[in-house]
Amino acid sequence: MTVRSLQIARVLLSTQYATMLEYRAEIALWALSGVLPLIMLAVWQGSDGAAAAGLSSTKLAHYFVAAFLVRQFSVVWMIHVFEEDTLQGKLSPQLLQPLQPLWRYFAAHVAEQVTRLPFVALMMGALALLQPNLMWWPNARELILGIAAIQAAFILRFLLQSVVAMLCFWSERAAALDRLLLIPYLFLSGLVAPLQAYPTAVQKMAWLTPFPSMVAFPAALLAGEPVEIGRGFLQLGIWCMLLYPLLIWLWRKGVRRYGAMGA
Amino acid sequence: MNRPRWIRYARSLRSFWTTSLEAELEYQLNLVVELLAVLGNLAGSLFVLTLLAGPSRQLGGWSWSNALVVVGIYTLLDGFTSALLQPNLSRIVNHVQNGTLDFVLLKPVDSQFWLSTRSFSPWGLPGIVAGLLLISWALIHSGEPIRASAVLLAAILMVAAACILYSLWFLLAGLSIWFVKVWNATEVLRYTLVAGRYPITAYPPALRMVFTFLLPVAFLTTVPAEALLGRGSWPWAFGSVVAAALSLTSTRLFWGVALRHYTSASS
Repeated sequence: MTVRSLQIARVLLSTQYATMLEYRAEIALWALSGVLPLIMLAVWQGSDGAAAAGLSSTKLAHYFVAAFLVRQFSVVWMIHVFEEDTLQGKLSPQLLQPLQPLWRYFAAHVAEQVTRLPFVALMMGALALLQPNLMWWPNARELILGIAAIQAAFILRFLLQSVVAMLCFWSERAAALDRLLLIPYLFLSGLVAPLQAYPTAVQKMAWLTPFPSMVAFPAALLAGEPVEIGRGFLQLGIWCMLLYPLLIWLWRKGVRRYGAMGA
Repeated sequence: MNRPRWIRYARSLRSFWTTSLEAELEYQLNLVVELLAVLGNLAGSLFVLTLLAGPSRQLGGWSWSNALVVVGIYTLLDGFTSALLQPNLSRIVNHVQNGTLDFVLLKPVDSQFWLSTRSFSPWGLPGIVAGLLLISWALIHSGEPIRASAVLLAAILMVAAACILYSLWFLLAGLSIWFVKVWNATEVLRYTLVAGRYPITAYPPALRMVFTFLLPVAFLTTVPAEALLGRGSWPWAFGSVVAAALSLTSTRLFWGVALRHYTSASS
């Protein structure tokens, strides 16, 4: 059984990787679109708000560069492909295969991360050349834990978007909801501002949602800030445990409703 | 049949927009989604702006209420993007990938006109209204007298900004002729143009150059905002109009070159 699963995983990943390589121009553009944390870094460094919040220039730089990396490797576009696939009936042939179709989407996302790797390395190289003072070397422990946290954040984001994507079975325009999902992701995850700069009450409220686990926690870990590692991972784990059964349940309910548009 | 060309185009435009309006009104729940998105985005932007301004309530030499004008113009342009640019130009990629661009090219209208105006989404209107409201509120609270000449200049610069924005979208979407799948390449713009939420002086000098000459964010929000606040300068206004004219011409030339390289989906 495990041999078979490994084989399926290998085939899925290698075929998806081949597809992604074919469209590498698109992925280069996608990598470019992740510059938001760097733009925010530029604004924060010249602002009075940073000093007032007690954030030093190096601290800001490390945090935002780390956030840039987190964002690069936790990109999820599930809801958009899934909407297209349900609307055009492309999901139907996949339903006939003895494999949960969600795995195929998951593999596509993982393959895209691998394809993106050289572009991100290039961008980091350019950044190190232009602004060497922004860079730092995390120690091995921070690096390993940071990468683990980024992957966990990616899985959490994938699960959350997939849960919303399941609404495609009920509505033709579920992708519009992604615009709503993007707002708390932008403002509560720590993508546009380090959460320390927020008033305490807002900080507390933000940490009750899954969003800070998606950027703020992995970024702080990579940047070498003092963080409660156990608690951060626990939070990521709990959210994933909550969303996974919900996703499976919605999938089962939704597939029964699926009319395979056009079929 | 020998009506002047512009009448034919105006009539086409009217039927394009009435049909897409009818189609979009099928999805009325979208209005709620869009309203929530606009309000949420505004609240978030204002909150972050307050954090950035800090206790001195200044950002890059702009007072908080003046910087609000910039946020307002950004919201307005974002609404314009949702209403016209996104529904049209993000489809070019699909046309190329599925080969349906062939059908567009066969129609007896200019293909760039058809691709750029075919759809109109009423869901961009909340953004436009919210932007206008925010701009007026910020102007009243800025304490500066509002002069008719300043508003007129700002209006001209806003049109220039819309032209520049359109050109950027069109160029990026048109790249799909070569790369086929630049799916959501236009999203790149949405994320980088976020830089326009803040006055250009809030950025370090090197980035200001980038945002003026390479990715003309400065012309999109900061220049019209300065004009509205009565601080418009002739060199910037002139630069903005020239940039708009240049970028519109370049889309035209670019489309000509792109079509010569178009090989259709199956060949």
